[in-house]
Amino acid sequence: MNVISFLSAVVQAGTPLLFATVGEIFSQKVGNLNLGLEGMMLMGAVTGFAVGYGSANPILALLGAALAGMIGALVYAFITITLKGNQEVTGLTLTIFGTGYASFVGSSYVGYKLPENVTEAFAKVSFPVLSEIPVIGDIFFKQSVLVYFSYACVVFLGILLYKTKYGLNLRMVGENPAAADASGISVSRYKYFYVLLGGAMSGIGGAFLSLAYIPVWQENITAGKGWIAVALVIFAVWNPYRAVAGAYFFGGLDIIGFRLQKFSLPIPIYIINMLPYVATILVLVLMSIRKSKENKAPSSIGRAYFREER
Amino acid sequence: MKKFGILFLALIMVATMALGCATDGESDGGSEEQIVAGFIYVGPTNDGGYTTAHDNGRLYMEEQLGDAVRSIYKENVPEDKGEVVKVIREMVDQGANIIFATSFGHMDGLIEAAAEFPEVKFAHCSGYQTAENATNYFGRMYQARYLSGIVAGMKTETDKIAYVAAFPIPEVIRGINAFTLGAKSVNPDVEVHVRWTNTWYDPASEKAAAEALLDEGCDVTAQHQDSTATMVAAEEAGAYSIGYNVSSEEAVPKAYMTAPLWNWGAYYLTAVEQVIDGTWTNTPYWGGMDEGVISLDEMTELAPQGAAEKVAEVEAKIISGEFDVFNGPIYNQAGEEVVNEGDSMTDEEMLGFDWFVQGVVGDIPESN
Repeated sequence: MNVISFLSAVVQAGTPLLFATVGEIFSQKVGNLNLGLEGMMLMGAVTGFAVGYGSANPILALLGAALAGMIGALVYAFITITLKGNQEVTGLTLTIFGTGYASFVGSSYVGYKLPENVTEAFAKVSFPVLSEIPVIGDIFFKQSVLVYFSYACVVFLGILLYKTKYGLNLRMVGENPAAADASGISVSRYKYFYVLLGGAMSGIGGAFLSLAYIPVWQENITAGKGWIAVALVIFAVWNPYRAVAGAYFFGGLDIIGFRLQKFSLPIPIYIINMLPYVATILVLVLMSIRKSKENKAPSSIGRAYFREER
Repeated sequence: MKKFGILFLALIMVATMALGCATDGESDGGSEEQIVAGFIYVGPTNDGGYTTAHDNGRLYMEEQLGDAVRSIYKENVPEDKGEVVKVIREMVDQGANIIFATSFGHMDGLIEAAAEFPEVKFAHCSGYQTAENATNYFGRMYQARYLSGIVAGMKTETDKIAYVAAFPIPEVIRGINAFTLGAKSVNPDVEVHVRWTNTWYDPASEKAAAEALLDEGCDVTAQHQDSTATMVAAEEAGAYSIGYNVSSEEAVPKAYMTAPLWNWGAYYLTAVEQVIDGTWTNTPYWGGMDEGVISLDEMTELAPQGAAEKVAEVEAKIISGEFDVFNGPIYNQAGEEVVNEGDSMTDEEMLGFDWFVQGVVGDIPESN
């Protein structure tokens, strides 16, 4: 097994998960559990493809994907934040809606290929200087620009979350919205902003699949990756840096089966396919045993904030 | 304002009724004894693969028979007995004389409904049960797979061919074996490396499996999968590919050489004609290249030189019956002669394939 090419494939497989997971972490950090990831990813994937196909402009394609994810998230945000509807049900509905939307819009694109200049824009390119580093360069810096963008997102959002006033505020909104409200933070505005950010990132995660990974439109291109990302948020204990390790770990488990088959190991493929979920359960168990304050879900998650009830 | 709304709705209603009458009139005018053929699909008609192939067959049949037939279809019918029976009742209500169910899991529902509607004919794709008024049908896809193996065997320079496969079931194993025999017939050193994905359709997994094989040095890919992802991986790696189900030259112009194809139209036309003539019987149908149900797509410029001639030569022998893919001697992976010289495998043996021929690199998981 060629280890470097495998690890490079792992980064690729983990990237759509990474976008969606980091987006969902921010949504959950402000207290909104959005189970609509799969739907938003598909909306982003199909919209990115359709825009890329129609305009032959890679930047518009990416913006279209982000916007589509945000529109999905906006519907969710309006129902759960403004109307204070049930978050789980709304998220599930968003998944069903997004899947249908992608089939509907995508039906006229099945088997079509993106224009050359779009695929070239998202093809693997060597990152200047950094790609020269032995091993690391081959694994991390000979990838699509979208992969580089995912690194940038993680660093930027990680700093935002842990090192800035805004990060402190958004964590407060998720932990104790009443206290945040009392200290003059607009709870709704924070919630809307980060739920929409989550939608945009899911949309881009989906678009990574349709623009960079398989630039020929296919029905249901995400095939459940949105659900894996939901599990990954827990696995990463709501920490965007750990999400990187988690996304590559889950992405790696997704593809390692195909590399191991060569060695005829006596492990059924089903066991390997189960590993991501087993790992998630283990993390949940460990978290509840350790009960550390950092490693737990935002306290207000899943509950709408009623100012009158505080 | 409200009145306008009502007026508008009323207008729409009148318009739809008028349209409805118009279409009714048209079909009534065709022939008094118009046959109605119903099709039950497992996926959407635009899946770009399996169901698209069936739907193209339906359209072909309709085009050939003109006014003598009217076809109806239902997409996304789950492989669930109750659902299938419900859909069939609807179709019989609409006057269906013959109903085709296109997926393996539709079998139980179809057999149950066949007992309920003895005057209607039923045909089920890829199954094994029959009844007085119900049969099954499938195609000898392995013949076209053998031919595509010839193309791949001539093309490969590393003598390693990737084969991304869905499930370790006889249909898929038969295809891999036929492909390998075809490749070895022109290139005895060739190895066919198999990866199981355990899914008919999951583009990302299919691509990951193909990438693993390409990394191991394969330079031609083949697939028993419903998406083009394997071929996309080949194109990116500068390798070449054999598709499946439908022609994919548009999607992967830098990799696509050819593909074994389904032409269900040939069967649907015959079956419906038999219903019209009253000669329909419940004899199971397993058609091959001689009947046109299976074919190899026209080769692109990427196919190796001389492949078209070689394929045409073997194809002619298959069609004439002079040659069969599973003619002995055939050796298994351990090098034992399983089918002796002069013998050939029976249909039952082929339908129960659970071993690989020599030249295949990979295992058949025991769980199946």
